[in-house]
Amino acid sequence: MTRAPPRSRVDPLGAVLVAAGAAAVLFLPFVLLKANRILPGDPRSFAQVLPPWAALGCTALLGVTGVGALWIASARARLALALGGVVAVALAAAAAGDALTPPGDSVVRIAPGGAFWVLLVCLGLLATDAATRLKPKPALRVLFLAGSLAVAGLALAHGIFDHLSVMREYAVNAARFAHEARRHLALAFGSLAAAALVGLPLGVLCHRLPRLRPGVLATLNVIQTIPAIALFGILMAPLGALAAAVPFADRLGIRGVGAAPAVVALFLYSLLPIVANTVAGLKRVSRAAVEAAHGMGMTGWQVLTKVELILALPVILTGVRVVLVQNIGMVTVAALIGGGGLGAFVFQGIGQTAIDLVLLGAIPIVTLAFSAALVLDALVEILDRVKA
Amino acid sequence: MPRAVTVLRLAALALLVGFLVTPQSFAPLFAPLTQYGAPPIYDQGNLLTLALAQLATVCLAAVASSIVAVALGILVTRPSGAQFLPLSRTLVNIGQTFPPVAVLAVAVPLVGFGEKPTLIALFAYGLLPIFENTLVGLRTCPPAVLEAASGMGMSARQRLLSVELPLAMPLILEGIRLSLVINVGTATIGSTVAAKGLGEVIIAGLLSSNTAFILQGGLLTGLMAILLYDGLATLERRLLRPVTLD
Repeated sequence: MTRAPPRSRVDPLGAVLVAAGAAAVLFLPFVLLKANRILPGDPRSFAQVLPPWAALGCTALLGVTGVGALWIASARARLALALGGVVAVALAAAAAGDALTPPGDSVVRIAPGGAFWVLLVCLGLLATDAATRLKPKPALRVLFLAGSLAVAGLALAHGIFDHLSVMREYAVNAARFAHEARRHLALAFGSLAAAALVGLPLGVLCHRLPRLRPGVLATLNVIQTIPAIALFGILMAPLGALAAAVPFADRLGIRGVGAAPAVVALFLYSLLPIVANTVAGLKRVSRAAVEAAHGMGMTGWQVLTKVELILALPVILTGVRVVLVQNIGMVTVAALIGGGGLGAFVFQGIGQTAIDLVLLGAIPIVTLAFSAALVLDALVEILDRVKA
Repeated sequence: MPRAVTVLRLAALALLVGFLVTPQSFAPLFAPLTQYGAPPIYDQGNLLTLALAQLATVCLAAVASSIVAVALGILVTRPSGAQFLPLSRTLVNIGQTFPPVAVLAVAVPLVGFGEKPTLIALFAYGLLPIFENTLVGLRTCPPAVLEAASGMGMSARQRLLSVELPLAMPLILEGIRLSLVINVGTATIGSTVAAKGLGEVIIAGLLSSNTAFILQGGLLTGLMAILLYDGLATLERRLLRPVTLD
C-alpha cells in the first residue's frame, strides 16, 4: 500500500510551477504604471522597469530557483531557494516603484502586475511544499512566522516599498489604518472572549445533561447557516429598538448601527464551534481518569477544572482556532453596518474601484487570519504532545 | 419529534415561497419598521427574480467547484499524483483561513463589477470544503475493502468508480452542502459589487436606513440558506441509505 511511486528525475510540481512562473514573466506585466489611483494601468515588463544589472540579477536568481525547483530534491534547499526568490521579487517590485516614480510626484501609482502576483504564488507554493515535507516542530513554525513578519515589518517601516501603490494608499490613510486595525482585532477577540465565557459552561452543561445536547447543537447549527450580512441586518432592528427604549443602553454604545450588532452576531456564530468542541473534548476524556480523580478525594468542581477540562483542552482550543479565524474574516463584513474594522477599506475601495485601497484592507486581514491559524495550530499540537 | 421538525420545515418553505410570490401581503407586518412613509416592502426590483438570480449564481458556482474539486481530489490520491498530496493538504488548510470577502474583493479589480467576481469568489471558496472532504473520503476507505476489490480482479478504474467513490460519497456530498451554504452567504455580500441577489435588498436598507428592507432581505436569505442546508441533508440521507456499510 505505502510503496512510494517511482521518483522521476524532474520534480513534477517544480515543472508545473516553473512553467507557470516563466509564462507569467513572458506574457504578463510585472508592474502597472497608473496615471492616478483609479485609472487602468499601463503594463511594464521586468526588463523595462529595472536598471540592466538589477534585471539581470533578479532574472538570474529566479533562474537558479527554477533550476532548483526542477532538479534539487532536498526540501531544505528548495525552501531556501523559494524564500530567496520571494525576496528577489519583492525587491524588484520596490526597485521598479522607485525607478518609475517621478521625483516628488504623489499622483502616479506603481501597482504590482500579473507577473508579480503569479511569481509570488508560485514561489509561495514551492516554499509551502518544501515546508510541508520538512514537517517542522510547532515552536519552529511560530518562530518562522514571527521572523517573516518581523522582516516584512522592518522592510515596510524602512520605507523600501513606499513607492508602490498599496503603500501610497497607506500613507494617505495611516492614522485611520491603525485605528481600524485595532478595532478589527478588538471586534474579533472581543466576540471570541464573550463566546468562550458563555460557550464553555454551555458545553459542560451539554456534556452533563445529554438530553440538552441535540437541541442546543441544532439551534447553534441553524444560526451558522444564516449569512453574516443577514444576521447583522436582522440584529440591527432589536438593538436599535433597545437603544430607543433604554437611553442607558444607547450611552453604552448599544445601537442598531455600529459595533453592537457585529459583536452580537459574531458571538452567536462563535458559539457552535466552542460548544461542540467542548462537548467532543469532554467526551474524549477517559472514564478511568475521572474515576481516579474522584478516588483521590477531589470534589466535582476540582475534577472538572483540574482533570476533565485540562484533558479536553486541545480539542477546545481547536474550536477556538476555528472561531478566531472565522471571526477575523467576518469582521470584514461588519464595515457594511458601520462596525468599522479593516473591512472599511475593502468596501470603500470596492466603491471607488480603487484596488489599492481594497488590498490595503485585504492583505492585513489575510495575514492576521493566517497567523492566528498557524499560532493556534502550533499551540494545539504542543498541548497534544505534552499530554501524550 | 420528527413530525414537529417536518411541520417546521414546511412552514419555513411556505413562508419563503409566500413572501417571494406575494411580498405585498406582508406589508402590514413591516410597516411599523419604516419611518417617514418609506415603502415597507422592497420596491426597486422583484424579490422572486432576485432570489432566483442568487440561487442560480450559487448553484452554477457549486457545480463548477464540485467538478474541479472532486477531479483534483481523485488526482492527488492516485499513485501518479501522490507527489502533490502533501502540498494540496496544506493548501486546503491555508485556503480556509482566507475570508470569502477578501476573495470577492480581490476578484473585482480582475474582472470588473457584476456577476463575474461573485462567481469567481464563490467558485474559489467553494472548492475547499469539497476538495477536503473528497480527500478525507478517498483516503479513509478501509484497506480491506480496497484489497477485496483488487482481489476480485477489478482494475484501478473500476475500483475507483464502483468502490472508492461510492464509499466517499457521503463525505463528498457533505462538502458540497457546506460549500453551498457558505456560498449563499457570500453571494449576499456579492451585491456590494453589483451582483443580482437578495443582498441588494439588505444594502438598499442599509443605505436608506430602512430597517424593513434589511429585515426582509436578511430573513429571506437566512430562510433560503437554512432550507437549502436542511433539504440537501434530507436528500443525502434518502440517497445514501442503501450504500452505507455498517
